[in-house]
Amino acid sequence: MSHKRLWAWMTLMAVAAMILAACGSGQPQAQPTAAPAAPATAAPAPTAAPQPTAAPEQPTAAPQPTTPPAAQQGGKLTILYWQAVTTLNPHLATGTKDFDGATVILEPLARYNEKDELVPFLAAEIPTIANGGVAADGTSVTWKIKPGLKWSDGTDFTIDDIIFTWKYCAEPATACTTKAAFDPIANIEKIDDTTLKITWKEPTADPYIAFVGPFGMILQQKQFGNCIGAAASTSAECQAANLAPIGTNAWKLREFRPGDTVIYERNPFFRDADKVFFDEVEIKGGGDATSAARAVCETAEVDFAWNLQIPKAVLEPILASGKCDAIAGGLFGVERIVVNFANPDPALGDKRSEPDQPHPFLTDPAVRRAISLAIDRKAIDDQLYGPTGEPTCNILVVPAAVNSPNTKCDRDVAEANRILDEAGWVRNGPVREKNGVKLIVSFQTSINTLRQSSQAIIKSNLAEIGIQVNVKAIDAAVFFGGDPGNPDTLNKFYADLQMYTNGPNSADPQQYLQGWICAEVSSSANQWNGSNNGRYCNPEYDALFEQLKKELNQERRAQLAIQMNDLLVNDGAVIPLINRRTPNAKLKNLEGPTFNTFDSSIWNIATWRRVP
Amino acid sequence: MLQYIIRRILIAIPTLLIISFVIFAVLALAPGDPLAQFALNPAIPESTRELIRVQFGLDQPWPVRYVRWLTSLLRGDWGFSFGTRGPVLDLIWQRLPQTLIVVGTAYLIAVLLAIPIGIISAVKQYSIFDNVATFFAFVGFSVPSFFTGLVLMLVFAINLKWFPIVYNTTLQIVDWDTFTQQVRQMTLPVMVLVVQQTAALTRFMRSSMLDNLNLDYVRTARAKGLSDRMVVLRHVLVNSLIPVVTLIALGIPTIFAGAIITENLFRVNGLGALLITSINNSDTPVVMALTFIFAILTVVFNLIADILYGVLDPRVRYS
Repeated sequence: MSHKRLWAWMTLMAVAAMILAACGSGQPQAQPTAAPAAPATAAPAPTAAPQPTAAPEQPTAAPQPTTPPAAQQGGKLTILYWQAVTTLNPHLATGTKDFDGATVILEPLARYNEKDELVPFLAAEIPTIANGGVAADGTSVTWKIKPGLKWSDGTDFTIDDIIFTWKYCAEPATACTTKAAFDPIANIEKIDDTTLKITWKEPTADPYIAFVGPFGMILQQKQFGNCIGAAASTSAECQAANLAPIGTNAWKLREFRPGDTVIYERNPFFRDADKVFFDEVEIKGGGDATSAARAVCETAEVDFAWNLQIPKAVLEPILASGKCDAIAGGLFGVERIVVNFANPDPALGDKRSEPDQPHPFLTDPAVRRAISLAIDRKAIDDQLYGPTGEPTCNILVVPAAVNSPNTKCDRDVAEANRILDEAGWVRNGPVREKNGVKLIVSFQTSINTLRQSSQAIIKSNLAEIGIQVNVKAIDAAVFFGGDPGNPDTLNKFYADLQMYTNGPNSADPQQYLQGWICAEVSSSANQWNGSNNGRYCNPEYDALFEQLKKELNQERRAQLAIQMNDLLVNDGAVIPLINRRTPNAKLKNLEGPTFNTFDSSIWNIATWRRVP
Repeated sequence: MLQYIIRRILIAIPTLLIISFVIFAVLALAPGDPLAQFALNPAIPESTRELIRVQFGLDQPWPVRYVRWLTSLLRGDWGFSFGTRGPVLDLIWQRLPQTLIVVGTAYLIAVLLAIPIGIISAVKQYSIFDNVATFFAFVGFSVPSFFTGLVLMLVFAINLKWFPIVYNTTLQIVDWDTFTQQVRQMTLPVMVLVVQQTAALTRFMRSSMLDNLNLDYVRTARAKGLSDRMVVLRHVLVNSLIPVVTLIALGIPTIFAGAIITENLFRVNGLGALLITSINNSDTPVVMALTFIFAILTVVFNLIADILYGVLDPRVRYS
């Protein structure tokens, strides 16, 4: 009897063990089961002959004659993102990581460099008014592409591919994330085999909105031809194409596991294939920012790690190990406090935070001015941000040409107190009041170590001038989520002050500055979708914005933008705090990564190289 | 017996339906937006985000979305992920091997360690071995995996540099070198999981043995003059393994559920990591598919555990 039972469980254990073993041992050989990643299943050892076109002696010496004996070309570049790439079609991206993953394969006509200047990629040159590429009346732009461009499958890159990319994203059912970049286009004409003319729906001051930067990467018509409309996400052919686009950049896809790893190998048809240093590129995703920093700086397992947004106290000792360089990868935007001009008092019920309900005390410019003067930006920066930010007085800081030199925001508690005294806000105990209105503010932001620490500093700063702050922290998914049914979103702004980061997405600030005009005021009438969530409404500002919309001269546009920034800041419509940077880290022997404001952190990856 | 199994399977269907409904409702009512990352981006206006939501079917009320999800599931279509815009099942198949090899190995090691430790602890109750084992079991129980994980990482990966901290999921095992590489990168995550799982199983094994050691049949066996070894291994062990085997069977679905924290910490990117990133990104189809598959596995292994019980324990009979 007991024998029988013994046998029964022993067999069961054995079976269980076999199942586990079978499943386990299947792993290493298992190719990614998804068909998409298949174009080259690594079978024909691709790394062996990386330079099909070039004379072998030339490449390493020519580009960088000054560097001491260049390292042997080849090898693998390993990049670590704590958010993993999930699609390689940039037009269907759900995060910066997807644009960056696609950057290794796909290219736009031009990209921004570290100085916010345009660099031609597929284009032969940057069209300007001077060279006749940009129409003086702002109605069109004419691009010339480099001759003889090829896709990584060997077919020719043509103007039709560019026109196709526009049609692909202009179709609403495709649901392109990048749609806004293509919306202003009325038509694209093919002038000849290397020239195209884009006509805008209305005269535009920003001729570089389309086909430039991460939003402008060009897809191959041959591959995506059947993918316009809903098919882009639903048809099997297009799903496969999204995960394995054919491109023009220095590498092509070898293997992609969405949400995990992308491995790229040389694209032999790349125009400068002989100058490309690395044979292979890998972008690994997942984990957290802290261990990503450690993987570069302490264990040197990877060459480059992206966006190490971690508190200064944790980041600095890691960076101090000496194996890596921290580089400001890009601008994250300006961390700011938005002032609510509408009254968020819960007693108002449905009328809460509606623009027709003026705020009881934040509409007083003296209070806004005093708050701005009392905040210790330097302490917030020194104690919390460190290398990942610097104090700023401006809400518009990039490009450098529009960063206003006119504003000041040094801390001055005495002056702040004086302003409040003068305006009739008198201290009654620790809190000031006037006509029975007490200066007690609610201050909300998303849950994030940095932000809660900033909140604490600001709370103590404002206590010094007799303003009591009640802080509130909201889950980031809710705060930024924009769900019209949720009371805690930043669009509804059921508080007096709120803090978050934002910044312009292109070198032209118009889109960004639109966020303070009266028409954008967020209210229940527009389902709380207006981008002006502080409900600031100033006819003077609106007039300047109308002027900006019509102005085509770049210098005068910059002046206008500065004027608008100064107006917002001096009027206390918004209180800028910290200009945040995306801190990246790279190994000391990797050369190439640069700062970049409006483009990807890896915009120039084709030129990255290892130095001895 | 067959009748019993059929009845159980029939009961499982409404159970699974209710589970799926509840999960869907929770996901739908929880805040979140797949495009939250772009919420403030001035270049991606609300109108664009609305178009994408329509494309994902998120403009419909959630009960409608649930019925749609269910009907397409009955056709065998698990939907496409909002993040990859590719089929959900492909994603799951890609992640399964990582999870099985790491979490599965850990489970196997945990079982192989826990049974002998439990036996010795029970037979030599209150001995030094028992005390030490109990101590470690409680440490394993009470210290969360994100802590053990970080400590192991700091000590063995960052300071001693014995193991890597970035798990390479694309590693192909072709020779001895790549095999050792695989073993090295698996060591830390497996260790974290073994510490936890062994703790629970050891305690269970020990108490199950202790329950049996004092019973009459053991005294009878001893009285017959059987050797101690024979009594423990042939009589006590077999009987005390019955509940343990059930427990082990019930634990198998958790292998497939992955280990959310450990996988994330070591970048194993298996099913656990997939689940947590999908929840964070409000990628409903992926979360639904994963949780529903776990639900099915749990129901199935519950049934298997019950049947096993009947096979192992002749006193239990199903009719």
